[in-house]
Amino acid sequence: MAISLTPKAAERLEKYLKNRGKGVGLRLGVKTTGCSGMAYTLEFVDDTLPEDQIFESHGIKIMVDPKSLVYIDGTELDFEKEGLNEGFKFNNPNVKAECGCGESFTV
Amino acid sequence: MALLQIAEPGQSTLPHQHKLAVGIDLGTTNSLVATVQSALPVILKDMDENSLIPSIVYYGKNETKVGHEALPYLSKDAMNTIVSVKRFMGHTRSDIQNPESFPYTFDDASQDIQIKTSQGLKHPIEISSDILKKLKNIAEVSLCGEITGAVITVPAYFDDAQRQATKDAAKLAGLNVLRLINEPTAAAVAYGLDQQKEGVFVIYDLGGGTFDVSILKLQKGIFEVLATNGHPHLGGDDFDQAIAEFIKNENQIDQLNHEDKRSLITHAKSLKESLTKDLSAKTIIKLSNGKEITFSLNRESFFKLTHDLVQKTIQPIRRALSDAKLSIESIDGIVMVGGATRMPHIQSEIKTFFKKELLNDLNPDEVVALGAARQAHTLAGNKSDQDLLLLDVTPLSLGVETMGGLVEKIIHRNSTIPVAKAQEFTTYKDGQTAMSIHVLQGERERVSDCRSLANFTLTDIPPMVAGAAKIRVTFQIDADGLLSVSAKELSTNKETSITVKPSYGLSEDQITSMLKQSFEKADEDKKIRALSEAKIEGEQIIIAVQNALNKNGDQLLSKDQILIIENAIKTLSSSLQTNDTDAIIQHTKDLNLLTESFAAKLMDQSVENALKGKSIDKVNL
Repeated sequence: MAISLTPKAAERLEKYLKNRGKGVGLRLGVKTTGCSGMAYTLEFVDDTLPEDQIFESHGIKIMVDPKSLVYIDGTELDFEKEGLNEGFKFNNPNVKAECGCGESFTV
Repeated sequence: MALLQIAEPGQSTLPHQHKLAVGIDLGTTNSLVATVQSALPVILKDMDENSLIPSIVYYGKNETKVGHEALPYLSKDAMNTIVSVKRFMGHTRSDIQNPESFPYTFDDASQDIQIKTSQGLKHPIEISSDILKKLKNIAEVSLCGEITGAVITVPAYFDDAQRQATKDAAKLAGLNVLRLINEPTAAAVAYGLDQQKEGVFVIYDLGGGTFDVSILKLQKGIFEVLATNGHPHLGGDDFDQAIAEFIKNENQIDQLNHEDKRSLITHAKSLKESLTKDLSAKTIIKLSNGKEITFSLNRESFFKLTHDLVQKTIQPIRRALSDAKLSIESIDGIVMVGGATRMPHIQSEIKTFFKKELLNDLNPDEVVALGAARQAHTLAGNKSDQDLLLLDVTPLSLGVETMGGLVEKIIHRNSTIPVAKAQEFTTYKDGQTAMSIHVLQGERERVSDCRSLANFTLTDIPPMVAGAAKIRVTFQIDADGLLSVSAKELSTNKETSITVKPSYGLSEDQITSMLKQSFEKADEDKKIRALSEAKIEGEQIIIAVQNALNKNGDQLLSKDQILIIENAIKTLSSSLQTNDTDAIIQHTKDLNLLTESFAAKLMDQSVENALKGKSIDKVNL
């Protein structure tokens, strides 16, 4: 299994990273809070950690810590536009239930 | 499913806790709202993908329309369609010199500006708040959430009244104002200039109808406004006008009805915009009488035609530079703001003037809003505390009136805010039990040359001899540039305070010119201050000598001596009626000298009185 990006997400990320001027990639993670158990986190990465699992998709490095990976392995990160809002979306095959807003989930 | 944004390392917020903060450029002609998404400031668009929202409000009988929706009513129902309300902010009815030049009716009964609409009287604050509500709505729809706070930009020369009015409008619109920041500062932030260590920057802002130039100095993360200048009625519209006039003359059109005039301006504007990209442009104008005009214009003739307008912006730059005592070489960067700065000849002219590349790669219409969004993002707590919080400065000095109609400055202009400063004052007359605190704003030395902001009285001062009471006056400006003043009598701790709800009534032009005048008239002001101080000293010595003469003169002095002193008093009195500072100082000295021995005798006598009847060991020496 692995973590991957859709081409659209990769294109956006490249732009954001370039604009930010620094950073080696993107960190995907899971936090144990939220109304449905766990929540996704999405952060820029300046320094990789020794325990990081590193994936690469469309030339962009994705860092995931092993604890988070068990919950999101196989996830494809997409970039979407919904009406006027735009942002990233986790297509996570491990999810059993999601809260209404999609920010938190249970496995 | 919510769409996620990328956070800075370690800065992920808990779910459902994103703080949505926006930056708002509340402009005279157009307004914008922006936010920071995934570390990138972006302009938020409405349903029709518009980012620039015209600052126009239409008040129909049963509906209020804002922005593009209000545009059609400009011609259909001008009386109820308000444009450029920013020019009215913080002003009073008496500031409007030519009410007949506006298509709306003002309420004459009110001191405030109130515009009669089909929805009743509308105050500029209400009208602004309707624009802000629209922007808030665009942001909330676009971000799918409630806005926690907003940073709103105001011109650097906005005074207290205008800032307060802007804040009131935001409150009315249900927006939590994180801070008001100066437009040029926001533009500098948009270019990330606040991340540099230090530097001096020029912000060249040519909008639709106004021109502002500001010189900012960055030091330790703080932007200081060194100078502002500009032209209240110069902008992109004037370039349209120049083209329209040219078309009229070339085609010998004299009489045009209202509709034709507007159509001509619209065509002129599109020609101007085409010439920014292309070397020549062509347009076909259909007049209402059926006549068709085909008109083409090339870049060269457009540049020639509008050369004077471009030159008109150079003079204010020179003045700002000289106010700030800076040479062209000391400028580290020039930021171009406002849609009109897209015109190639403006770009080249300014580049030549400063002999430097311009900062112009951000959309000039959006720069201010983008900078405000960055600031809002930081203030809302979405970024780590290590990021410097940018501070602003007061545009004009604040002080109180002292004897002789002079202004004692307590907070000097360009002090970084928030700030609190206190100064002690004392009573002028024996037994004085009240003190009037007159709060003033401006750079000049005389009360009559500054702007009166507030007036209040501290009462119940215990009666003491002149100069014995201690009254501490504290000025405090909060982060939004709003002022509160308190006065405290230190022996009783009795305190009176006021939050300055400023007496509106100064136009933007006046504020800008106030600053200018203070530089030009510095010498004159210094002389006036010297004269005023000399007069006060003269008056005080006369009072003191006269009191002494009345009390002990006959006992201690001969008739001749009294006569000589009285003559000296007369000489001084008459010179006090003149404005001859040197003479007043001289005559005061003379009187002082003449009464020296008299004063010594008085002193001896009072010591004698104090010792009289006491045995020597009971006297504390």
